Amino acid sequence: MNARAALAATFFPFHGGVHPPEHKDESSGSPIVAGPIPATLVVPLHQSIGNMAKALVNVGDVVLKGQMIAAADGTVSAAVHAPTSGRIVAISPQRVPHPSGLLEYCITLESDGADRWIERTRFDWRNADGRAIRDYLRDMGVVGLGGAVFPSHLKIGGAKDGLDTLVINAAECEPFITCDDRLMRERASQIVEGIKILQQLLQAREVLIGVEDNKPEAVDAMRAAIAGCEFKIDVVVVPTLYPSGGAKQLIKLLTNKEVPSGVRSTDLGVQCFNVATVYTIYRAIEHGEPVISRVVTLTGNVERPGNVDALIGTPIADLLAFAGNKADSDSYIYGGPMMGFEIPGTDVGLSKAGNCIIAKSSGLFPPKPAEMPCIRCGKCADACPAELQPMDLYWFGKSKNFGKAQERNLFDCIECGACAYVCPSNIQLVDYFRFSKSEIWAAEKSKKAADQARERHEFRQFREEREKREKAERLAAKAAQKHEAAASSADPADAERAAKIKAAMERAAAKKAEAAAQAGESAAPADATAAPVTEAVAAPVAEAAPVSQLDPEKAERIRAAMEKRAAEKAEQEAMSPEEKAAREAEKKAKIEAAMAAAAAKKAAKAAEAAKAQGDQADGSGA
Amino acid sequence: MNTSPFFIKPTPLQVVMFKVALALVPAIAVYTYSFGIGVLVQITLATIAALVTEAFCLKLRNYPIKPFVTDGSAIVTAWLMALSFPPLAPWWMIVVAAVLSIALAKHMYGGLGQNTFNPAMVGFAIMIVSFPAQMSRWAAPFGVLPQSLDWSAQLSWIFTGHLPAGLAFDAIASATPLDTVKTQLMQHASMSHIFQSPLFGSIGGIGTEWITAAYLLGGLYLLWQKLIPWQIPVTFLAVLGGVAGIFHLVDPAHYTSPLFHWFSGAAMLGAFFIVTDPVTGPTTPLGRVIFAALIGLLTYLIRVFGGYPDGVAFAVLIMNLAAPFIDQYTQPAVFGRKGQQKKAGAQS
Repeated sequence: MNARAALAATFFPFHGGVHPPEHKDESSGSPIVAGPIPATLVVPLHQSIGNMAKALVNVGDVVLKGQMIAAADGTVSAAVHAPTSGRIVAISPQRVPHPSGLLEYCITLESDGADRWIERTRFDWRNADGRAIRDYLRDMGVVGLGGAVFPSHLKIGGAKDGLDTLVINAAECEPFITCDDRLMRERASQIVEGIKILQQLLQAREVLIGVEDNKPEAVDAMRAAIAGCEFKIDVVVVPTLYPSGGAKQLIKLLTNKEVPSGVRSTDLGVQCFNVATVYTIYRAIEHGEPVISRVVTLTGNVERPGNVDALIGTPIADLLAFAGNKADSDSYIYGGPMMGFEIPGTDVGLSKAGNCIIAKSSGLFPPKPAEMPCIRCGKCADACPAELQPMDLYWFGKSKNFGKAQERNLFDCIECGACAYVCPSNIQLVDYFRFSKSEIWAAEKSKKAADQARERHEFRQFREEREKREKAERLAAKAAQKHEAAASSADPADAERAAKIKAAMERAAAKKAEAAAQAGESAAPADATAAPVTEAVAAPVAEAAPVSQLDPEKAERIRAAMEKRAAEKAEQEAMSPEEKAAREAEKKAKIEAAMAAAAAKKAAKAAEAAKAQGDQADGSGA
Repeated sequence: MNTSPFFIKPTPLQVVMFKVALALVPAIAVYTYSFGIGVLVQITLATIAALVTEAFCLKLRNYPIKPFVTDGSAIVTAWLMALSFPPLAPWWMIVVAAVLSIALAKHMYGGLGQNTFNPAMVGFAIMIVSFPAQMSRWAAPFGVLPQSLDWSAQLSWIFTGHLPAGLAFDAIASATPLDTVKTQLMQHASMSHIFQSPLFGSIGGIGTEWITAAYLLGGLYLLWQKLIPWQIPVTFLAVLGGVAGIFHLVDPAHYTSPLFHWFSGAAMLGAFFIVTDPVTGPTTPLGRVIFAALIGLLTYLIRVFGGYPDGVAFAVLIMNLAAPFIDQYTQPAVFGRKGQQKKAGAQS
């Protein structure tokens, strides 16, 4: 109690927060053990908040543990590595740990059981420039292991004159999760080595490690490990209050700075790293180990709750078997109970975001009671760490008044679930906010699409006008040539007639242009369409001619294609649902056949290559 | 689909409502002790009428009846309304009031959580506007007059309008303390003379001062249980007492003390149980303060200068109208945007 009172001055409470049952004792007592090496691993390629990594290997390739199997694609992305040695057996869309259940590309690796490492070398970061360090971390697949999987290399560099505060997020505020707790208890010195690297890289003036007060052993271990640090570093014990592990909440707790949504904490002189990420940074830089495993808490309805250092890509089923899944588990939460989600199946492979797997049973998680009406009691507003008024946002979301919801800062909601946790009417408030957000995103997307379509349409109209005009000009030019020829034959009557025709044609063209301008008025300003017309008329005819020869052809082709499409569409619409389905199936079958053929071809090729290689090897052996 | 959070705190709405009803129990006990069994009769009648109306309205609206009838909200409404009725009002009055408050003030607006006006106050206000005479016929508390009605006579009066032979209602009736002060002052009686009447105790009306004290006790329980925000009762009582205090200081011969205002009529009931109704009030912290303060002010004005003895019901209903407006203009700044809003305010 004394210690707590003494520490009270060093943190700055945030508004709201809740204290759900912690459920940490189940797993916090068991030391980290190495996870199983499963027969096959399903490694998702999309393991950062940015672009999906690009596969570097082919089916049939033999890879070593730690070998890069997919490279970062673009700035906001991170590489993916083989978690163990073995053979690539598939690169295909598979189910991943995501609530949607949608398929995403994964590399399936058949483990050879040998667990052979690639050659690992220490990275000489002290003599490397910022760019090299960033590239190195990206290629080591270092992403935020707190669950957000933000590529860590993007957080390094940027602040020129150094950082005020480097915050190490070790709060671990979600119930059930103890992986960071165990990591700190057992590997504190390595974490502190990682902190030293980050402190150097970021030129941080002070380092604050935020830990909730329900992890006294971790606090002691970290305090012992930081002893003798040559820079200002402190372990700040914060009260156990969810969501103090939210980056913004922790920054507020430790530095009293509030980071608004849409603003980077670096702009306020603060940068925040999860404690497990710091550990992987240390392993990557000092030991040349890419992120191929992570500590994951296996808990809930299992025989042996605990913490496992599991290979990325380990199927959840293998992890559950390792922890002794009980028969009555009905589903599995990936992450904590407050912000995690139910996985679509246990065949999905562990990703870098997976800090916890909770086996659910109806005893442990009783079904939620039915929703009752909101009585505006304001409990949600009291609990909201973003200081929103959730009861109003709920009302706006329910009445589809999304503009108003946005106005009231809906997008500041961090979806922590504190509001839904306290609601006496059992309203799933977060779901309403997710719904509102997705509706707003969808509306913005469709607005963008509509804008694009309108632009395309306007351009097409303009092009068609131009083509017509050019055709007219060509004809006029031809007529003029004829007329000249006629004039040279010195027939004044002919010349007069030709001049009349020309004048009439010019009048017609001008009239047409005017009409077009009037018609185009609704879509675009009149002079926008009219201007090029007059301009083109004034332009030399010869210059326009070569273009106009090509364009009508093209336009004709496009028109034909469009007509064909329309006909097809009409046909499809005329078809009965059964016919449609049949046709669809036919199409699908065709595609599948083609794909199978391609795969077979590829496999045959690969087999041939392998055979050739094997022969060669045999030959050299003999 | 099941989505996060997978945990919820088990504080169902029913428990909230149950606790509010529980907080009323001490006052009901004291009320019954001072005024007789009529109080319990009114509460029972109101509860039955409210529940039946609630079930009927739910059926009409195709809502599931059981979860909503048992949510406790109709019971709380019925009790609050019954406690503001004269204990010896005829039975049909409370029944009509209960039916109207549930059907008109609650379900016509969309049911629980959607009503603009406090249903209990709507029921009460309709009756006092429509039947002012009957609604101001209060029996004197026990011990004030030589004669009092026993329980069977009370029941007979409420249900049949018959009194024991040789007894007129006027013999046992008395005005409420607030009413007495108002009418006597109009007859130019001096304040000290008025307070010599046996109707008055040490700070409020005899009997009624204990009832209001019991409301205060229940209110403190609600505060302790964190079911009501402390800002509302504190602000309401502070403004009511503050305004009363100013008038009292300037002219003690014509204006009663803040203590009298706090411990008379529906001040305490209103402070903890009616002004705090979350559905019909603002939800922002500042909005709640403004709301409660204006109710306090209006209550005083209606009590002292208006046509009705007590002003809580009308003050609450008037301010219910303003609640959405107050909410709109008192939105607090969200996390990380406090400076921004200040800046925006400075610019405008």
